[in-house]
Amino acid sequence: MTLSRRTILKTGAAAAALPLLGSKAFAQAEPLKIGFIYVGSINDNGYNYAHNQGRIYVEEQLGDAVETTYVENVPEGPDCERVLRELAQQGNKLIFATSFGFGDSVIKVAQQFPDVKFEHATGYQKAPNVGLYNARFYEGRAVCGVVAGHLSKTGKAGYIGSFPIPEVVMGINAFVLAARQVNPEFTIKPVYISTWNDPAKEADAARAMIDQGLDVIAQHTDGPAALQVAQERGIVGGFGQGADMSAFAPETQLTSIIDNWGPHYLASAKAVIDGTWTPGDTWEGLKEDVVQIGPYGPKVTEEVKAAAEAMRTGQIDGSVHIFTGPIKDNTGTERVAAGVTMTDAELLSMDWYVEGVEQPA
Amino acid sequence: MEILIPIVITLVGAATPILLAALGELVVEKAGVLNLGVEGMMLVGAIAGFAAQFYTGNPYFALLIGACAGAATSLIFGFLTLSLSANQTATGLALTIFGTGFSALAGAPFSARPIELMRPLFPAELATHPVWRVVFGYSAPVYFSFFMVFAIWYFLKKTRGGLILRAVGENDLSAHSIGYSVKGVRYAAVVFGGAMAGIAGACFPLLLTPQWAERMTAGRGWIAVALVVFASWKPFRLLAGAYLFGLVMTMELYAKAGGGPLSVIPSELWAALPYLATIIVLVLISIRRDASTNAPACLGKPFLPSN
Repeated sequence: MTLSRRTILKTGAAAAALPLLGSKAFAQAEPLKIGFIYVGSINDNGYNYAHNQGRIYVEEQLGDAVETTYVENVPEGPDCERVLRELAQQGNKLIFATSFGFGDSVIKVAQQFPDVKFEHATGYQKAPNVGLYNARFYEGRAVCGVVAGHLSKTGKAGYIGSFPIPEVVMGINAFVLAARQVNPEFTIKPVYISTWNDPAKEADAARAMIDQGLDVIAQHTDGPAALQVAQERGIVGGFGQGADMSAFAPETQLTSIIDNWGPHYLASAKAVIDGTWTPGDTWEGLKEDVVQIGPYGPKVTEEVKAAAEAMRTGQIDGSVHIFTGPIKDNTGTERVAAGVTMTDAELLSMDWYVEGVEQPA
Repeated sequence: MEILIPIVITLVGAATPILLAALGELVVEKAGVLNLGVEGMMLVGAIAGFAAQFYTGNPYFALLIGACAGAATSLIFGFLTLSLSANQTATGLALTIFGTGFSALAGAPFSARPIELMRPLFPAELATHPVWRVVFGYSAPVYFSFFMVFAIWYFLKKTRGGLILRAVGENDLSAHSIGYSVKGVRYAAVVFGGAMAGIAGACFPLLLTPQWAERMTAGRGWIAVALVVFASWKPFRLLAGAYLFGLVMTMELYAKAGGGPLSVIPSELWAALPYLATIIVLVLISIRRDASTNAPACLGKPFLPSN
């Protein structure tokens, strides 16, 4: 190694970060370049915002040992492949593709850049240099379901979804299973709007639901538009998705599911720096703090809060798994026998709705 | 049947921004200019309107600022295509890309900041009965859009100014040779179109969803551009077209959320209807020869009198 002034400076910087990194980092002259691609805007206050907070967390924790780049608003499709390739060519050695629809592109580009490590969120295709990571959002949905089951007056909730992929289907099912433990008559109406980010359409979907008697609205799209309509119309409530959205609906947000990707990103970055990275397949939830429950809103009474917390802590200590039988599907057929818990593989390919979910039109 | 009233109210909200933007584009195209930058101008209008509402809390001022921002954005297009005779299609597309990026940049500090929705124009007492709510329950831009349908029709059909504008759009060289300023008329039309797109954009944070979100117009500017052709450049047909599209977009959601009688038509069909309707109308236009000739003859062509 030729000692230029720059190398000395960099080594010095790495040494400053030494306590955080362990001894291997000392040898690291070049910072690890990490790329992130987001399907939406980092200012969406939801899903993509949460991923970006994770990126910032890595920068904060590792300082000069890493250099992160992100590309937002990347469409799921051919364009994504181009962005991934560019990031790889720019010398990023670890690339996080944070949306389900990026999967095919990740696999393609990963073959062309075997020395670059890729991690794909919420996906299912692995490769020697493609790892998967996911969060058990359904655990958070179950907590929301408990709150909805207690508070809904009509016993009917709406659920604004993007696309009927297992990720979304699982969330709807967990929500309903939890709500029906409280109110066995509880039903939910999923509405798919075929987009992750179209606030006006999300708002109109919420209006359509409220006008037809649904008094709790959950959403699995990226922004707070539906919650704002819930606040404006004064219905029982809604839930923040991805981040705490109480700024948009201070009275109406009952609670929120907060995605906390930072610890996972940090672990992966450290593994690459240490040379110990392997294509993982992690699926962490409340227990690992990857999924968090935000503050409860003013409408959530102490009693309901206690029930919701019981669901939360039960899932953390493992005494509760929401997908434990008996579970019937919405045609009345028993899908999971009493006492049996669905496997992760079954959950990740879930394409049927549990009892209480009205079949989407 | 009670459900019809909220459906109409949601439908009006969905149709109004499309109608406003399309009316502006109609005038622009009548003057012979094709501005494909509607989506971009709407987004600039949306962030400007949002910021004005955020700081002042005066929605009328916010609409004005939205209009000014849309008009200012359209001047970029005007300068490039009218003064420099750049290709209108390419410039319009570039304007949309510019507007998307600029609004995202300008809007970055405003994420996580809700604003107040614009209130209905008429006092709430008038709108207590559900049926009256359908008539009096909206805020000002809705009534403004109806007024503009009539005003633009009247201007184009009945006034001297409208005749000149149409002459410039149909035959720019003739209009030029008898002493009218082709560039001047086209600049005026482009700026008007920009202002209307800006108001349409400002409707998103002020009427529909009181927040700023990147790309919050989500392609409705393109629907507006398509509607002008759909309506064969006629304001009242444009009104019908915008409400047809609004109806279809709204019904898709109500059918999905409701079940019962509304879900007799599958929501996939509702979702496909705008496209089916566009194809049907285009077929009808090409069958009826007279309507197809309604396109301004100079649409999209640069004006180069020296050649």
